[in-house]
Amino acid sequence: MSLTAIGLGLIIIGAGYGISRLAGSALESMARQPEISSKIQTAMIIAAALIEGVALFAIVVALMKG
Amino acid sequence: MRHIKQILLLIAIFFSLSTTYASDEHASESEEVFDPLVMIDHHIADSHEWHVISFTKSNGEEVHISMPLPVIVFYNGHLNIFMSSAFHHGEKVVKKGDDYFKLYHEKIYVTDEAGTIHYDEDHNVLNEKPWDFSITKNVGSMFLSAVLLLLLFIGAARRYGSEPKAPKGLQSFLEPLILFVRDDIGIAQIGKEKYERYMPYLLTVFFFIWINNLIGLVPFFPGGSNLTGNISVTMFLAIVTFLITNINGTKSYWGHIFWMPGVPVPIRILLSGIEFIGILTKPFALMIRLMANITAGHIIILSLFSLIFVMKSVAIAPVSILMSLMMFMLELLVAALQAYIFTLLSALFIGMAVHEEEH
Repeated sequence: MSLTAIGLGLIIIGAGYGISRLAGSALESMARQPEISSKIQTAMIIAAALIEGVALFAIVVALMKG
Repeated sequence: MRHIKQILLLIAIFFSLSTTYASDEHASESEEVFDPLVMIDHHIADSHEWHVISFTKSNGEEVHISMPLPVIVFYNGHLNIFMSSAFHHGEKVVKKGDDYFKLYHEKIYVTDEAGTIHYDEDHNVLNEKPWDFSITKNVGSMFLSAVLLLLLFIGAARRYGSEPKAPKGLQSFLEPLILFVRDDIGIAQIGKEKYERYMPYLLTVFFFIWINNLIGLVPFFPGGSNLTGNISVTMFLAIVTFLITNINGTKSYWGHIFWMPGVPVPIRILLSGIEFIGILTKPFALMIRLMANITAGHIIILSLFSLIFVMKSVAIAPVSILMSLMMFMLELLVAALQAYIFTLLSALFIGMAVHEEEH
């Protein structure tokens, strides 16, 4: 159980870092080029969904194991 | 402005729903030890009867009201149909022809006359399972959403008659959503030339997932089933995306998978393996993402409610209700976001498959 919890914590750190980097860069580029912000937003959501997918996959595996 | 009013109305409805639920939960405080895991498991799992309400009478008698659902099982070449009330919540064995069926932890097993369940060392059930085609809670909820979608969209579509009129009523709520799926998902990801063929699928998937996410958030009787958090449902949706993507794949799509142009031969061989796995992981990720997101949302809201009963204190109730209210609001966003992401990624994969190379 405790190992599973540590694993889950690591997943959250990784995914959180990834999504925060992504959101930060997306906001920066939106501020620089507001005219294409909708395109940047779509790309951001796709990438965020992919990162989130990996995190959720790991969480499901962790829940099934422990 | 009209849309904003409608959205506000929707939000107001959800506000009232979640508070009713909270007071219901609060009223049914019982003396026995409360295990949140059992409660949460029960709420997110599929079931053979549709639980309506449970309460304790003034004389201490517990009352559970639930709607029985039809059970359809196929075993030994016989198709048996009966109502799930015949199981008496798993207490009774149902005899059909020469076979006996028993409901045990929401699964139907073939047993002997006494209803014995056999276990192995790890407490796994060894009894045989019949083919179960029952109309369960999730299937019932899916029928409900299908009827709702048909009513909404046939009603709105009727108004697009021969002579164009200004949108009115429900139509003016649905039209921007449909245009959003067309312009921001279909045309943006698949391209202007080819998007039309895939619009029926994208629109269906978007509204099906969205409405089922919302029905799942309604905390009382005809709602509350965890349909889009059920892996079979999301697997089917993902398989359909997988089939559409690969059936419509162009020559250049398959070429990029099995014989990547522009790289040396050893790397081509290596890449073909990786790309082949990539075909399978894409729908797999779609399936897991939707299921895990929705199930996680349900678990969080239920855990927040459980806090009251775990702490056994009324003082924690306002905190718990407030927090779950916030979760409900977040889940309203997630319900739409997940429908959007599923549709967007489906469109993205289809767009990648049907893309023709320009030389």
